[in-house]
Amino acid sequence: MEQSWRQAKGLFFTLLSAPLFWLVIFFVAPLSIVWLYSFGENQGLVDVAFTGTWSNYGKIFKGLRWLDFSDALYVNLFLKSFWFAGLTTFICLVLGFPVALAITFAPERWKPWLLLMVMLPFWTNLLVRTYALIAVLRTKGFVNMGLESVHNGINSVSGGALGAFDPLPLLNNNFAVVFGLVFVNLPFMILPLYSALDRLDRSLLEASLDLGAGHVRTMFNVVVPMAGAGIASGILITFIPALGSYLTPDMLGGPESQMIANVIESQFKRANNWPFGAALSFILVYLTFIAIALQGVFQARSQARSQGGRA
Amino acid sequence: MTKPIIQFENVSKRFGKVSAVDNVSLTINEGEFFSLLGPSGCGKTTLLRMLAGFEMPTEGRVMIDGKDMSTTAPNLRPVNMVFQSYAVFPHMTVLDNVAYGLKMDGVPGDERRRRAEEALELVKLGGFGPRKPDQMSGGQRQRVALARALVKKPRVLLLDEPLSALDAKLRDQMRTELTTLQEKVGITFIMVTHDQDEALAMATRCAVMNRGLLQQVASPSDLYEFPNSRFVADFIGSVNMFEGTLDVDEPDHAIINTKDVGPIYLDHGVTGATGTTVWAAVRPEKIEMHKRTDKPPKVEDAPEGYNVIAGVVKHLVYLGSETIFEVEINGGSLVKVVRPNLTRWDQEDFTWDEKVWLSFHACSPAVLLS
Repeated sequence: MEQSWRQAKGLFFTLLSAPLFWLVIFFVAPLSIVWLYSFGENQGLVDVAFTGTWSNYGKIFKGLRWLDFSDALYVNLFLKSFWFAGLTTFICLVLGFPVALAITFAPERWKPWLLLMVMLPFWTNLLVRTYALIAVLRTKGFVNMGLESVHNGINSVSGGALGAFDPLPLLNNNFAVVFGLVFVNLPFMILPLYSALDRLDRSLLEASLDLGAGHVRTMFNVVVPMAGAGIASGILITFIPALGSYLTPDMLGGPESQMIANVIESQFKRANNWPFGAALSFILVYLTFIAIALQGVFQARSQARSQGGRA
Repeated sequence: MTKPIIQFENVSKRFGKVSAVDNVSLTINEGEFFSLLGPSGCGKTTLLRMLAGFEMPTEGRVMIDGKDMSTTAPNLRPVNMVFQSYAVFPHMTVLDNVAYGLKMDGVPGDERRRRAEEALELVKLGGFGPRKPDQMSGGQRQRVALARALVKKPRVLLLDEPLSALDAKLRDQMRTELTTLQEKVGITFIMVTHDQDEALAMATRCAVMNRGLLQQVASPSDLYEFPNSRFVADFIGSVNMFEGTLDVDEPDHAIINTKDVGPIYLDHGVTGATGTTVWAAVRPEKIEMHKRTDKPPKVEDAPEGYNVIAGVVKHLVYLGSETIFEVEINGGSLVKVVRPNLTRWDQEDFTWDEKVWLSFHACSPAVLLS
């Protein structure tokens, strides 16, 4: 079993062929085509000519001036997507860290159930969950209905002191998009955080307490630096899907909360400008690669730092 | 003169239905090197963790320096711990590790650095400050943990199985080093160990625990020579245990009638009712072995015919400094005898299947009532 692939080339390539075939047909080939499109131009209604032009990329950065993004429509779109994804990631981290910590320190027999509760929404179709969110957030949704009944209750006691109920605008705006993205992506943050925290040597925490640090200082001096790699991968796998989100902004957002994926979709469909859509897609892919590379660098550094404890 | 620094008052700790520590009362004095000794799962670590503050007693009180600290948080107790896994922070340098506790206490930077370097000097790691823990050996990391705890000048230093992860040679060295260190800093040390050799060699006083109960608290030599129960006699060192009934119990002598080795004569009275079952525990090195001649040897402090057993050498283990014999006696049970090799020819005195007499003095057996 321990032999190198060189000693069993036939077996190696037989086993490799299926995933390789899959990757080539369903990943490399379509991505290459889209990549070629991004250097093409529309010819008439349906034809695209591969002219090797950079004009699609040029269009993305059109109006961009040094330190001034106000006229660059598409750069602004990317920035807004970054902002939404970043805010989502931050909220997920702030909410997810205490949850992961609580699961880590929960009694052993509760852990599978708590993890199940984190994963359960995950097993439901995204569309179903999003419609459920609409039912919660809309003007006549559960939140507003609940608030209204409290409002009316206070009014009936106080004789109408609060006036008429004004429903909160919870749907079809930026708030709804970020809320939805947090809702969808929270498990992606909790699970890597949990796995990093659960591996943490408990005696390190006890040592910190023993040496005079309280729980808060132990958290920032020991837990956070030791869980650094888990935090980084949690941030990454929350940020990347959030950045490319399509369904959530499409269904929960308003006209002002379009993210980059929605624009890409409209380029391919309504605008019928495949080359430009392809260029936008590839900018997104490149940004994702940069994020992964950054995380890789961070992880390598943090691993080098924490190796001593486990050796 | 001896001032109590730690007092356990009727302390019990239960985890669910399991009783880890059962009604333990124990006083440890200032300046002692105290050892909590027992097999794994006996509750010794739980007792130590209650001192550190990681566990709260279910019942009873834990007093440190005369103050009830049963529920005080670990970071507010004047004790520090050296963990079994050392628990050196891998993401900090050695110096930062040692200075961590001082930093938490708000000691200013310059003094912190100076004291941390002094502590490293104390554990012979001077100059190792800038290193990372993963560049150090297990033994060195343990010294870092030791320096990190000592730098805070705790009232009591807690050591959880401090030598268990070291190899044999390093362990012997650390044993002496820890005792000299303790004398040098004058801090009370409390050490948990399952290794009786370790406890006997290092501690000034030991508590033997079994199944959450305190069995005996005594100096190492008292534990070995005057155990108070079969458990302690058996756990500390090796022992030959002869079960019998107490036949005669006078102020100046007693006789125990055993099935295995006949009547055993003791040169002192026993506090027990005649007719009860008792055990005579005889250490292997306290049994003498003689060539089997016609006439059995006479033990000087016992009457003729007592404390002498006929047997046949069955096993023999030559250990250089001594030889361990296992001698089969009437009824088939084996008696362990340790014989020092006083000259270079002693090891040839007895061989396999040789018929021998065994004898022991009337003052040698420890009489155990439980």
